[in-house]
Amino acid sequence: MYQYTEFDRQFVKARASQYRDQLTRWQAGHLAEDDFRPLRLQNGWYVQRYAPMLRVAVPYGELSSAQVRVLAKIAREYDQPNAALFNDAQAAQDKLGPVNLKSGLSVASKLTAGYAHFTTRQNIQYNWIPLDKSADVMDLLASVNMHGIQTSGNCIRNITSDERAGIAVDEIADPRPFGEILRQWSTLHPEFAFLPRKFKIAISGAKEDRAATAWHDVGLHLIRNAEGELGFKVLVGGGMGRTPIIASVIREFLPWHQIMNYIEAIVRVYNRYGRRDNMYKARIKILVKAEGQRYIDDVEAEYRQIMEHDGGPHTITQAELDRVTASFVPPTLQCDRKSADAKIANILRAAAEDDIEFGRWLKQNVAPHQNPDLRAVTLSFKRLGQAPGDATADQLDVAADLADRFSAGEVRVTHDQNLLLPWVRCDELPELWRAARKSGFARPNIRLLTDMIACPGGDFCSLANARSIPIAEAITERYQDMDELHDLGEIDLHISGCINSCGHHHSGHIGILGVDKDGKEWYQVTLGGSDGSTLSGTPVPGKVVGPSFSAAEVPEVIEAVLDTYRSQREAGETFISTLRRVGMDPFKEAAKGARFAATAVAA
Amino acid sequence: MKLLPFTDHAVIENSSVLVLANDADPLQASLEGVTRIDLHFPKFTDGRAFSQAFLLRRRRGFEGEIRATGDVLADQLAQMERSGFDVAVLRADQDMATAQRVLAAYPGYGVGKYQGDAVDVQPHFKDSKEGATA
Repeated sequence: MYQYTEFDRQFVKARASQYRDQLTRWQAGHLAEDDFRPLRLQNGWYVQRYAPMLRVAVPYGELSSAQVRVLAKIAREYDQPNAALFNDAQAAQDKLGPVNLKSGLSVASKLTAGYAHFTTRQNIQYNWIPLDKSADVMDLLASVNMHGIQTSGNCIRNITSDERAGIAVDEIADPRPFGEILRQWSTLHPEFAFLPRKFKIAISGAKEDRAATAWHDVGLHLIRNAEGELGFKVLVGGGMGRTPIIASVIREFLPWHQIMNYIEAIVRVYNRYGRRDNMYKARIKILVKAEGQRYIDDVEAEYRQIMEHDGGPHTITQAELDRVTASFVPPTLQCDRKSADAKIANILRAAAEDDIEFGRWLKQNVAPHQNPDLRAVTLSFKRLGQAPGDATADQLDVAADLADRFSAGEVRVTHDQNLLLPWVRCDELPELWRAARKSGFARPNIRLLTDMIACPGGDFCSLANARSIPIAEAITERYQDMDELHDLGEIDLHISGCINSCGHHHSGHIGILGVDKDGKEWYQVTLGGSDGSTLSGTPVPGKVVGPSFSAAEVPEVIEAVLDTYRSQREAGETFISTLRRVGMDPFKEAAKGARFAATAVAA
Repeated sequence: MKLLPFTDHAVIENSSVLVLANDADPLQASLEGVTRIDLHFPKFTDGRAFSQAFLLRRRRGFEGEIRATGDVLADQLAQMERSGFDVAVLRADQDMATAQRVLAAYPGYGVGKYQGDAVDVQPHFKDSKEGATA
């Protein structure tokens, strides 16, 4: 992990005290609400439906166990609304009513407190911290080199990367040092604090894109050119929301040391010409789409000026890359492969139940590693009764313990809202499996249907049109049978409570989008979206399946779509491949057939 | 950076003062005989004038006064200064003492700044010893 220098540490502390001063002035009435809002946003404080939400930056998803323990402490001690607020919030959610399923089951909103939430951008959110405690929380975060700098607001956001950065077997170069160098460059950039809209960068260093780079304002791919030199393929103008757009390639190859100079040109042109009259048209994707080649020409002209006239001040020196890279040296771990094989064989020979469970866990939750002695293991946070990506204080503490015991004290927050242990010795897999199983983290559902992405939705978010969590819960409830889940295979199910698309419904093989019709919650279902991973194929937004469905119909529609897959698939064919081969029509028909009159379940 | 109370700002109409609209291109403006350029923040969250100031300083080499006008608040002064402004006219309701204190307390000044800007061109990793020694 990147090791903070004294400078980095002092910087975060100074930022925390700057925020405390701003908060104090706001509390005293010396700073108007409108003038304070962008300041707190750029420190991660976003006021939600019932309470402020804090978004903590997790640069490229990496956390130390010490940081996870502080995150647990914040969940336990600060993510605690007072009883009146909590009861009022629960009462308001109760008014929305339960989702009455055809099966007779009923899923209601059940608010919880004292936990953290992993986001698709590898950050961590809290939902209940009172604003008057916010400066204390920033100090606590600063004590472990953490902060909420630029996790909200119209600025360059926390930079995300591949959850397997630095360990992936298909890696061309480790993206983390560049992620860190870019993080430092973007931190409190004076010129880019008030862009037309938010600005998200993702970096991938591997052959497979596991960071959904094409869906970002800027997507970076580390590549080597014909001469073997390292550089970036640069994409610009991707994004979800109302207008889903796949990023375009603006540069096929940019030498690695020029990346900051080049991004500065991209952002400067955007800052000058991005639309500010309509927030729905303010993202860079709209500018790139409207201007096309003219935008690219402007960026190239500005880049030339930065290089030739300004002297390319942000050219990365080899010394700086070496300094930062030195922080990412892999821990020295070895594994006794013979004993590993023996232990694994032993479990596989043991009780029949273990045999299946452990085998499935090895298949779904364990990924190969650059170091053949090591594995990457995902802890599943997707389970019945807990919203996707939520982690209680106790669970965070257990995860920190597992990281210390099995993963050189490091975890990664994944784009799919789980935690990944990046440094697991292969001969310790059986021990890790037992420990994870005991803590409820060993559910072998990674990349399967129930490993779904969902935003907090209408239970917490003030922007949401509909709830996500009860829908996620209803589908999870329906697909509890592990045999069935494994038979269905790898499927990306993504749920967003509104068109802002925090739940990435556009990129789901199956996407669910909450919409508002006459003050009621309805859901649009999309099919065939892709995040750009190998499984999902070329990045593309999913296509809408007819008019929207009621909440109660959604699980029926999902079931009908999946049944269609089962009846249409060829041997070994995944859901997304079948959908692409046979086309939308049979799936659409099946979804249509799953509609039913609400009165049928109201009784 | 010089801070001016709202009442001390005079809109001068002569050829030495260029009032540049928020959406004007600073690379095209004629700077001949100009000693002062007034840039405008219609809202403090509209960041176009930061790029305008940067381009006037770094690209055009303008050495006269660049003045921030409009929705100029205490908490954005340091950003303005780093982008190339050297005079800021505070919004009428801003307290001068608070503005001065807030500007001085900017994290980038007490501790240092990561990235280069219109004033210090070089980023932290180039002007510190960290890159060389660590």
